[in-house]
Amino acid sequence: MKQFQYIRPITQQSVLAAIAQPGTKIIAGGSNLVDLMKHGVMTPDKLVDINKLPLRNVSTVKNGVHIGSLALNSQVAEDKQVVAKFPLLSQALNAGASAQLRNMATVGGNMMQRTRCPYFYDVALPCNKRNPGSGCGALEGFNRMHAIFGMSEQCIAVHPSDMAVAMAALDATVIIAGKKGERRLPFVDFHRLPGNTPQLDNNLAKDELIVAVEIPENNYAAHSHYLKIRDRASYAFALVSVAAALDIDNGTIRSARLAMGGVAHKPWRLTAAEKALVGKPANAASFEQAAQVAMQGAKAFKDNAFKLKLAPAAIIEALTHAAGLA
Amino acid sequence: MKQQELLNIPPFTEGINRVDGKLKVTGAAKYAAEFNLPNMAWAVLVPSTITKGTISTIDTKAAERAPGVLKVITYLNAPKLPGYDSGKDPSKPPTGGGPLRLFVDNTVKFNGHPIAMVVADSFERATYAASLVKATYNKESFQTDASKVLDKADTPKGPRFADYKRGNPEEWQNAPVKVEEEYIIPIEVHNPMELSAIVAHWTADDKVTVYDKTQGVKSTQNAIAQAFKLPPDNVQVITKFVGGAFGNALRTWPHETATVMAAQMIKRPVKLVLTREMQFNSVGFRPYTWQKIRIGATADGKFTGLIHEARAQTSSFEEFTEGTVNMARFMYACPNVGTIYKITPVDTNTPTWMRGPGEATGAFALESAIDELAYKLNLDPIELRIRNHADTDPENGKPFSTKYLKEAYEMGADKIGWKNRPSKPGTLTEDGWLIGYGMGSGVFGAGRGRATVKATMQSDGILLLQTAVTDIGVGTGTAMTQIAADAFGIPSSKIKFELGDSSLPPSPTQGGSMITSTVGGAVHDACLALKEKFQQLIGNGGSDKPDYAKVLKDKGLQQLDVTITSSGSSEMRDFSSYSYSVHFVQVKVHPKTGVTRINKVVSVADSGHIVSPKTARSQVVGGAIGGIGMALMEEAVIDHRFGRYVNADLAGYHVPVHADIPQIDALFVNKPDYKVNPMGAKGMGEIALIGMSAAVANAIYNATGKRFRELPITPDKVMI
Ligand SMILES: Cc1cc2nc3c(=O)[nH]c(=O)nc-3n(C[C@H](O)[C@H](O)[C@H](O)COP(=O)(O)OP(=O)(O)OC[C@H]3O[C@@H](n4cnc5c(N)ncnc54)[C@H](O)[C@@H]3O)c2cc1C
Ligand code: SF4
Repeated sequence: MKQFQYIRPITQQSVLAAIAQPGTKIIAGGSNLVDLMKHGVMTPDKLVDINKLPLRNVSTVKNGVHIGSLALNSQVAEDKQVVAKFPLLSQALNAGASAQLRNMATVGGNMMQRTRCPYFYDVALPCNKRNPGSGCGALEGFNRMHAIFGMSEQCIAVHPSDMAVAMAALDATVIIAGKKGERRLPFVDFHRLPGNTPQLDNNLAKDELIVAVEIPENNYAAHSHYLKIRDRASYAFALVSVAAALDIDNGTIRSARLAMGGVAHKPWRLTAAEKALVGKPANAASFEQAAQVAMQGAKAFKDNAFKLKLAPAAIIEALTHAAGLA
Repeated sequence: MKQQELLNIPPFTEGINRVDGKLKVTGAAKYAAEFNLPNMAWAVLVPSTITKGTISTIDTKAAERAPGVLKVITYLNAPKLPGYDSGKDPSKPPTGGGPLRLFVDNTVKFNGHPIAMVVADSFERATYAASLVKATYNKESFQTDASKVLDKADTPKGPRFADYKRGNPEEWQNAPVKVEEEYIIPIEVHNPMELSAIVAHWTADDKVTVYDKTQGVKSTQNAIAQAFKLPPDNVQVITKFVGGAFGNALRTWPHETATVMAAQMIKRPVKLVLTREMQFNSVGFRPYTWQKIRIGATADGKFTGLIHEARAQTSSFEEFTEGTVNMARFMYACPNVGTIYKITPVDTNTPTWMRGPGEATGAFALESAIDELAYKLNLDPIELRIRNHADTDPENGKPFSTKYLKEAYEMGADKIGWKNRPSKPGTLTEDGWLIGYGMGSGVFGAGRGRATVKATMQSDGILLLQTAVTDIGVGTGTAMTQIAADAFGIPSSKIKFELGDSSLPPSPTQGGSMITSTVGGAVHDACLALKEKFQQLIGNGGSDKPDYAKVLKDKGLQQLDVTITSSGSSEMRDFSSYSYSVHFVQVKVHPKTGVTRINKVVSVADSGHIVSPKTARSQVVGGAIGGIGMALMEEAVIDHRFGRYVNADLAGYHVPVHADIPQIDALFVNKPDYKVNPMGAKGMGEIALIGMSAAVANAIYNATGKRFRELPITPDKVMI
């Protein structure tokens, strides 16, 4: 590991001043960043530890819940309000990593975690995300875990977070602090597609800090489900995951939220499929049709063709559970 | 027969707790990497980033200048080890080629081949400096994909690997019912919790002590003595605890020898601990193996011919061989049997034995094929096996010393509820999941080797037993304590078993399910000899359970000891001795998403008298878990364009987690085999795994009607 400096400012202002300097990097739980530093993938000169900032609370705000960016994954998953109002988020968090990691991982860090693409992790191999212009090792390599939506020739990686899939489905908003003050960004616009700049995972500027995520009240608590399909029962990244939330009135779907993980460079919100569900009876036929709509435009590579079949099956399964029909 | 009758056996006590359990759970047990010596330095290896070629330049200047660096060793400055030029290397496998040696020349034989070793005054500084070593290479074309060069496979030297023929194996073709299928297992990596580690300390110019992760302190002692041309007594190897090995510490690997060399060069103790990533290409692995089974049967299920063929990978510089096809020769009564075993070199490091070794690979194919045959015959797979049960060893005509395989089938079938198995696959469902039952059996030779044990009755009434065996985590110390308690007739609390030091009386390397039998036999014999010595001391008329401390005091003795070397009886040669296992699995499969969950496991072992029930149970449970991993998730993936592993960590290389593992029932036939050793115990480490992966695959077939002949069986493949 490269030698680095370490500071732990106690005010947001000093954090913002520090991260405006080149070569600096925020560290929260460290569960992703330290790994990447050990592999030589990320080589900051200076770590700015933000754990002293008062950003660890989960609180009620008008119309919803406000989750500080330093709230721990385990803390949010167990938060009474979250469990009662947004069980989907709680389920998604608990589906991620292991208990030990969830006790370290923060909400901000989880959003900012980098892809698990093996070529990205191995500095001896080509990767456009790590080393722009070096080529995409996965494109014709081992791409079983890779994207079927929204990828480019430059990069076909997926975002590995479970939490983010639920947040995308739940219309969350990200609150970001920068030099010029705070800005709000819809969660679905936070992460980005690779395009020609795969080195950029998201739309957060280098000198900005995630302060919180807010989730608005909704009517989905009674009918939501997070389904994660993985190679073992726990402690594995998703092959495909689905966050499904329904507002059902008398057997008819009033509105729906649907997002997928493990399929794109960002949490993949399925708005067309959501629309297809509205006004339909909550039954197998509607779910199958929604799954079909959801899969439009999907494209597979050498090792991940199974996702073309697994993803719609997972959507139907998640919707069936959400509707209470399983 | 009812299970009750089957269990009419010697009293089956709960057994003692692990004698080292407290040390382990409190962290007091010291593993190789935990030894810290005064003035110690840390070594870190620099792996190659190409797969094959030669180093054209290697720049170590930046590393040498980095803070705390004491030495950067490459082929340019490494001393020639005197023993590397001559003599037989005891760490060498039995067949052709030669072992890897580090820093002897500029060739790169596989990706991750160490090209330099950086030694510094801290681990962190050595790690950082290692990242500064830069090499340029003359790259050569390479092949790491064994599946592409199966046609280049050749028969290894040595009689054990020659093609085997009994009767006319081709008879299978004339059978009314037959199966001809191919089976594939990928590279699997042992990945025990404990990483490969060594601390080398030259205590004099010609004397070295090493704290090493090894399965055999004596073999490591010999390997180091050989390499440095020292009398073996000048090399002391200490391995008090091993955090799992599964075969990956059976050999003395070249990085261990290089660490001893580094310590000699800088005249300070040196510690090397491999990274998890380096475990993938430094300490062996289960080789990629392609297999083909051809088997035919009469309409009533009698095998008429069987051919088991295997082709496995080895390295470009050394032959690695294992008993992949052997089971086919003696497991079933079949007049016409052939086996063919070949290996094909690729540009990876050399594979090594991994638990169950080749037999586990072979059993996946054989026990799957027999399952396939059973469905074709519309016969219960257990019934098919019983109809082909071998009453005597068909390979050599000898009687079995003991064999309770039929009892094992029955005990396991009863426990898992085999009668609920649907005879037609894909027909049993529960809450939208498909349910299936499967079974598979395993077998492994039950032998006894030579070991020496010193038994000392101390003045405090404690019986001290000493021998140079290691305990790779299986509970050897516990089992030996139990054997001594039974043989000597004193409570286990009065017994101390000392192991893991090459200066103790010799014992073999722990592997091949031989230790309980071999060392246990010697412990037993030593206890009896010491008892006898006491009887002579006391004279006639004394109690046969004397107060030993008092006897010593009365006779004015500090202690009384014997040192006994013993091995199997010559009678053993007239018999075939094997341990058997039968594994039963109930799975549920989600048809749409391909998710497979193991609901129940019952593993039955016919491994003679169970000397230590608790640790024996752990062996069975661990083997079953290993088998589940082998069946459902383990696969080390190489990107063959680069020759590099792309999942060389525990996030990418999956082994089962707790949530994957149901209650596992370990049952024992528990009938002694006194021909193998005086305890009547047969080995069980390997059989706990052998046959398990087939049981899982067979259960998935029963659940879904889909047959999987290539491991691992991940959800993407199962999905219907
Ligand atoms: C073995 C393993 C398995 C895992 N499995 C899963 C899984 O199944 N599902 C899943 O979702 N995740 C999984 N994870 C990932 C885990 O969720 C992340 O490592 C964790 O959420 C990162 O949070 P952290 O606080 O530790 O982030 P850090 O490692 O501290 O930081 C990660 C990144 O976020 C940036 N950052 C942190 N906080 C802020 C902020 N407030 N503002 C701006 N930037 C910030 C840092 O600069 C850094 O670049 C796994 C991780 C491991 C190691
Ligand atoms: S998919 Fe993206 S992260 Fe992976 S190798 Fe290609 S560019 Fe790198």
